Amino acid sequence: MKPIIEARQVQKHFGQNHVLKDIEFAMGKGEVVSIIGPSGSGKSTFLRCINQLETIDGGYISVNGEIVGYRRQGNKLYHLSDREVARQRQAVGMVFQRFNLFPHKTVLGNVIEGPVVVQRRTVAESKDEAMALLETVGLAEKALAYPAQLSGGQQQRVAIARSLAMKPDAMLFDEPTSALDPELVGEVLGVMKTLAAMGTTMIVVTHEIGFCREVANRVAFMDQGRIVEEGSPDDILKSPKNQRVRSFVSAVL
Amino acid sequence: MSQSSASELRLEVVPPKKIGTNLLAAVCILLVLLIARSFWHGQIEWSVVKENLFARPVLIGLISTISMTFAAMGLGIFLGVGAAIMRMSENRVIRYIAIGYIWLFRGVPALLQLLLWFNLALIFPTIGFGDTFSVRTVDVMTPFVAALLGLGIQQGAYTAEVVRAGILSIDKGQAEAAAAIGMTRFRTLQRIVLPQAMRVIVPPIGNETIGMIKLTSLASVVQYSEILRKVQEVYYVNSRVIELLIVATFWYMVLVTIFSIAQFYIERHFSQGWGAARTSEKTKAEVPA
Ligand SMILES: Nc1ncnc2c1ncn2[C@@H]1O[C@H](COP(=O)(O)OP(=O)(O)O)[C@@H](O)[C@H]1O
Ligand SMILES: [Mg+2]
Repeated sequence: MKPIIEARQVQKHFGQNHVLKDIEFAMGKGEVVSIIGPSGSGKSTFLRCINQLETIDGGYISVNGEIVGYRRQGNKLYHLSDREVARQRQAVGMVFQRFNLFPHKTVLGNVIEGPVVVQRRTVAESKDEAMALLETVGLAEKALAYPAQLSGGQQQRVAIARSLAMKPDAMLFDEPTSALDPELVGEVLGVMKTLAAMGTTMIVVTHEIGFCREVANRVAFMDQGRIVEEGSPDDILKSPKNQRVRSFVSAVL
Repeated sequence: MSQSSASELRLEVVPPKKIGTNLLAAVCILLVLLIARSFWHGQIEWSVVKENLFARPVLIGLISTISMTFAAMGLGIFLGVGAAIMRMSENRVIRYIAIGYIWLFRGVPALLQLLLWFNLALIFPTIGFGDTFSVRTVDVMTPFVAALLGLGIQQGAYTAEVVRAGILSIDKGQAEAAAAIGMTRFRTLQRIVLPQAMRVIVPPIGNETIGMIKLTSLASVVQYSEILRKVQEVYYVNSRVIELLIVATFWYMVLVTIFSIAQFYIERHFSQGWGAARTSEKTKAEVPA
């Protein structure tokens, strides 16, 4: 099967800090991959590189077979323009730890912003689709509220709808429940489970081990910039081979 | 605790008398009345003030003042946004050009800048592109153009710093979220960052607009017929200096008052989404089916 997202020998530095080391990763359509690992291990950076919020300095990442950030001609890679990078980013949706909803726009305004402004679809059509998406995340009745009027869990569900509105081929979630009060975590995880059941391709960075076990097809463990171990949820969570994975898993369980 | 002891605790609060502040207020009112009275009895022909309040030259000057305020602020905001964006460019040369512009035009007094523009012909008798297109500078540098350039360009230097502060006040996550739904950098600035930055930018720009209403009076030195110059022309003829200066004062006060009210509504417009309580009623009422 042709991978949707593929990373080969990816390197990333922040100054002297070698943050991603020889990352090898591939996932197919409809897969749900969870990335777990200690704080500072490079999980967010890896997601941000896939979506070109950070640039890598070695190896390559491809989405749908297209190398991100560069155009290949023969054996040379040429930087893409701002406009082409923006086009590539539409293929992957991103949900942030801190929601990042546009506070000056209503819930509906947030969701139709991409379809209308970026994809130049009609407002009427975009609104219809947005309302259907808000229905999916259970917030149709909040369509005309502003983000400041919503709880954290509601804001994150709107952020998910906003990403889905672009009809991306894959969704990236960077600790989507870490900024939430404990009682609000469930509603967001519930929406993500629904998406997984609908066949959405997802990479989910999370500390919610229960979610990994129930929903993920595969779990990758990152530590100090490397993917240390990768396998089925059962393998990684019940019988990890690597010592560091074992101590991490026993600490969070 | 028993019933009776609860009622014993029902104590009355006696409001403080604030004798000192009330006394001070009374003294202030008295002083204001005295000043008003002395003006009333001073050497001012109020009938002349009244006659000239809506006189034709005064109204022409008023319109010129208003148009210069808008034109100079418009140019200032245009240049200011441009300079603010250039100031944050990744390219060092572009950044330094913006820094140089801000440094130069904030440093030189506005009055001096007006005189320099007006007298540009002394440096460049003609302006144009080589031999193909060329005009005499004195023909181009009319009082209006000189005033517009002098006031607008120095305003741009101030506005640039205001706009930059506004842009920097917006969380980086906003631009990242916009990028993640495929917006180009320009779109992100236009649709997401600047509209939010407006909340920070509008109040100081409002104050600067009010400042500009008054700053346009400097344009009288380059022969621009704004209201101060117009009332001067009138009093050179009829010698009613104070009366006509009061006419100008009156109109400046009217303009400033109108702009202050407009500023209130504009600020309210740009705080959309932050005044959460104000919009909640509407939200309940208009949910689409
Ligand atoms: N913008 C940045 N500038 C410099 N260093 C960064 C930046 N972002 C992340 N880092 C560093 O990169 C490493 C990995 O960070 P991150 O990807 O956020 O880890 P995780 O998401 O697994 O907690 C950390 O050492 C962090 O300090
Ligand atoms: Mg992180």
